[in-house]
Amino acid sequence: MTRKKRRLYFIALGMLALGAATALVLSAIGDSLLYFYSPTDLEERPVAEGQRFRLGGLVEEGSVEKDGETVRFVVTDLIHTVPVAFTGILPDLFREGQGVVTEGRLSGAGLFVADSVLAKHDETYMPKEVADSLKDSGYWKEGAAPDAGPAQ
Amino acid sequence: MIPEIGHYALTLALCVAVVQAIVPMVGAQRGDLALMNLCRPASVALFLTIAVAFAALTHSYIVSDFSVANVYLNSHTDKPLLYKISGVWGNHEGSLLLWILILAVFSVAVSVFGRNLPPALRARALAVQAMIVVGFLLFILFTSNPFERIDPAPLNGRGLNPLLQDPGLAFHPPMLYLGYVGFSMAFSFAIAALIEGRVDAAWARWVRPWTLLAWIFLTLGIALGSWWAYYELGWGGWWYWDPVENASFIPWLAGTALLHSAIVVEKRDTLKSWTILLAIVTFSLSLLGTFLVRSGVITSVHAFATDPTRGVFILVLLAVTVVGSFSLYAWRAPQMKGGGVFAPISREGTLLLNNVLLSTAAATVLLGTLYPLFADALHLGKVSVGPPFFNAVFVPLMVPMLIVMALGPLLAWKRGDALGAAKRLWLALVAAAGVFAATYVAAGGQATHVGAAFGMGVGAWLLIGTLVEWAERVHLFRASPGVSLRRAVGLPRAAYGMTLAHIGTALLVMGVVGNTAWKTESIQVMSPGETLAMAGHIYRFEGADRVDGPNYDAIRGHFTLLDGDGDRITELAPEKRRYTQPPQATTEAAIHTSGLHDYYAVIGDAATDHGAGAYVTRFYYEPFVPLLWYGALLMGVGGVVSLTDRRHRIGAPARRRAEAAARAASTRASSGPSGGSGVTAPGRAS
Repeated sequence: MTRKKRRLYFIALGMLALGAATALVLSAIGDSLLYFYSPTDLEERPVAEGQRFRLGGLVEEGSVEKDGETVRFVVTDLIHTVPVAFTGILPDLFREGQGVVTEGRLSGAGLFVADSVLAKHDETYMPKEVADSLKDSGYWKEGAAPDAGPAQ
Repeated sequence: MIPEIGHYALTLALCVAVVQAIVPMVGAQRGDLALMNLCRPASVALFLTIAVAFAALTHSYIVSDFSVANVYLNSHTDKPLLYKISGVWGNHEGSLLLWILILAVFSVAVSVFGRNLPPALRARALAVQAMIVVGFLLFILFTSNPFERIDPAPLNGRGLNPLLQDPGLAFHPPMLYLGYVGFSMAFSFAIAALIEGRVDAAWARWVRPWTLLAWIFLTLGIALGSWWAYYELGWGGWWYWDPVENASFIPWLAGTALLHSAIVVEKRDTLKSWTILLAIVTFSLSLLGTFLVRSGVITSVHAFATDPTRGVFILVLLAVTVVGSFSLYAWRAPQMKGGGVFAPISREGTLLLNNVLLSTAAATVLLGTLYPLFADALHLGKVSVGPPFFNAVFVPLMVPMLIVMALGPLLAWKRGDALGAAKRLWLALVAAAGVFAATYVAAGGQATHVGAAFGMGVGAWLLIGTLVEWAERVHLFRASPGVSLRRAVGLPRAAYGMTLAHIGTALLVMGVVGNTAWKTESIQVMSPGETLAMAGHIYRFEGADRVDGPNYDAIRGHFTLLDGDGDRITELAPEKRRYTQPPQATTEAAIHTSGLHDYYAVIGDAATDHGAGAYVTRFYYEPFVPLLWYGALLMGVGGVVSLTDRRHRIGAPARRRAEAAARAASTRASSGPSGGSGVTAPGRAS
C-alpha cells in the first residue's frame, strides 16, 4: 500500500464516519429536541396535544396539592398559569414560589401531565430559561437569584 | 493574616509563571542551555507558591475563618472536617485553585521525572504549561479571588450544599481535575513538538504514560460522579447526558482516542500529526468542559448562575488556546512526515478505526451539548437536547467499535490476517450468539428485546474475544501448562493492562445495556405492614420514624426485603433528610446489592390523606448496575497495571535487551499477533 493509497483510505474512512454521524444526527435531532415554553408562550403559540415539551416557571404559592403519589401544582410566569399533574416523588428542591422546569405533554382541558420535574443541585439556582422568561414578563428582580451559592 | 499570605503567594506565582513561560522558550529558540534549564527551578517555585495559596485557603476552611467571603459562602462550623476540607473545592474559586495546583504538580513531575528528556523539548513543554497557569492565575486573581475578605465577619457560614456532603463527591472533583489537567501534559508536549517540528517514538513514549495517567483519573472521576448520582439523587439513574456530565465525557472520548493513537506513534512511527491534533483537541475539550461547568451558560442540574464576566474570561482563554494551537498546527504539522505505511486490515488500521469512531462520537456529543446554546443565540427557540438524541447517535457509533475491539489485538502490525483472526475468535462468536439467544429468550422473546439481547451479545463477544487474545498469547491449551504459565508470567504488564481494560469495557457495556433494558420502577403509597412484589422480590413497609443527624433531621423508612419464598434478605432504611444549614432536603436511597442486581428503595413525603403512617415510596429493580462499577474499576486497574510497565518503555538500552530476549524466547508463527515480543508488544489499550 502506497502512501497515496493510504491517504485515500484515511479520507474515505473519515468521510464515511462523518456521513454516518450526520445521518444519525439528522435522524435523531428532529424527534428529540424539546422546546421550552413559559405559560405565556403557551398562550401565544398553542402546542398540540401529545407533543412533548418543557414547561417552566414558578410554582404558584399555595397551589401544591398532593393526592397519594400524584401531585398537582400550578406553574406561573406571573402573567399566565398552567396546571400541572405529576406522578412520582418530587425532587428535593421542589418548593412553592421556586423556579421549576417540567417535561411532559398537554392532555385535554389544558392540563400539563409531566413525567419529569427537573431537579437542581442548588437551592439558589434558577433554571436559565425560567429566569429569561421572568425577565420577558417583566417580573424579574435583580438579585432574586442570589449570587453563586454552593455548587459542584 | 493567613488569607493575605495566600493571596500574596498567588500573585507571586503569577510572576514565576510569567518567567517560566518566557525564559525557557527563548532559551530553547537560542539553544541556550542555561536559560532552558531555568524551567526546572521555576516549576518547583511555581508549585510551592500555589501550594502555599492552596494551604492558606484550606486553613481558612478548617478553622472556619468567616471573614473570608469564600469560606462564609460555602462552609459552616457544624460541618464534619472532611466536608470542611472538601468545601475548599466545592465552589468556583476554590476549584480553580485546585485546578492550577494540579497543573503545577504535573509541571513539577516533568522536572523531576523528565531528567532524560531532551532539554529543549522539556523547556518548551514547561513553558507551555506555564502559559496555561498564567491564563488561569489571571482569571483567579481578577474575577474569582478566593481570598476576598468581608468586613465585619459573619458569625457563621452559609454551609455547603448537603448534596455535596458525601464521600463520593468529596473526591469526585479532584479526580476529574486530575484527568482534565493531566491532558495538559499531552497538550504541552504536542505544542513543544510542533515548535520543534519533530515527533518521534521517544516523544510518544514520554507522552503515553502521562496521557494514561490522566485517562485513569478521568475514568475513575466520571465513574465516581455517576455512582454518586446513582445513590444520592434518588432517581435510580446513573447517567443523564446532562451537559456537565457530557463536559467530562467528551474529553474522555477524545483522550481514549489519543491513548490509542499514541501507541501507533510509539510502535509504528506513523499517525503523528493526527496524534498531535488529538492531543490539542483533548485538552481544548477539557478547557471547554471547565468553561461549560463554570460559566453557567447551559442549563444543567449541576450548573449555577454566575457572573457573566467569568464566562467571558474563560471563553477568551479558550479561544486563545484553541486558535493559537490550531494555527500553530496548521503551520507546522505538514512538515511531519509519517513513517511506516500499513494496510487497512492491520492493527494500525483497527486503531485508526477506533480513533475515527471515538472522535466522531466525541463530536456528536459535543454538538448535542452545544446545540441549545447555538439555537438560543440564533433565536431558534429555547430547546434542550435530551437522552434520546444522545442514545440514538452514540450507540450506533459504539457498536462497530466494540466489535472491532475484539479483533484488533489479534491482528498483526502493518498487515493483518483478518480471516485468521476471525477464525481464532470462533469461541467469542459462539459466546456472543449464545448470550444473544439466552437473553432474548429469558426476556420473553419479544421483538422489543432484540436490541438489548444484541447489546449483551456484543458485550460477550468483547469479553470472550479479549480472553481469547490473552489465551493465544500464552499458548493456553496449545503448549503444556508449564509453558503457558511461564508465558503468562512473561507477558508485559501493558498487555495485561489492555486485557483488563477491555474486559472492563465489556462489563460496562453489559451493565449499560442490561440496566437500560430491564430496569423497573414502582411508585405507590404504602401504609405500615403493606407489601409490594417486584422483580421476584417483596418489599414490606414496616413504618417510618424521625432521626436526628449532626446537621440535619430526617424521616427514616424501614423496609424488609424478602425473596420470592418470603424469606427475609435484609432491612432497607432510606432517609429523607432536611439539612438546617443551608435549609435543603436530600434523599438518601437504601440499596441492597446481590453483586449483580441492585434493589433500591426511596421514601418520599407522608401521605396523610391515606391514613396515619402512610408514605409515598419508590422502588427500583436495577439489574446489572454493579457491572458498571466493576467495569469502570477494571478499566482504571488496567490503566494502572499498564502504567507500571513504564520503566520497560523508557530508556532505549533496556528496550533492546528485552526485545532480544523476547525474540529468543518466541517461537511464534509469523501469522500470530506479531510484535508479540516482550516490549514491542502492544500495550495497546493500556
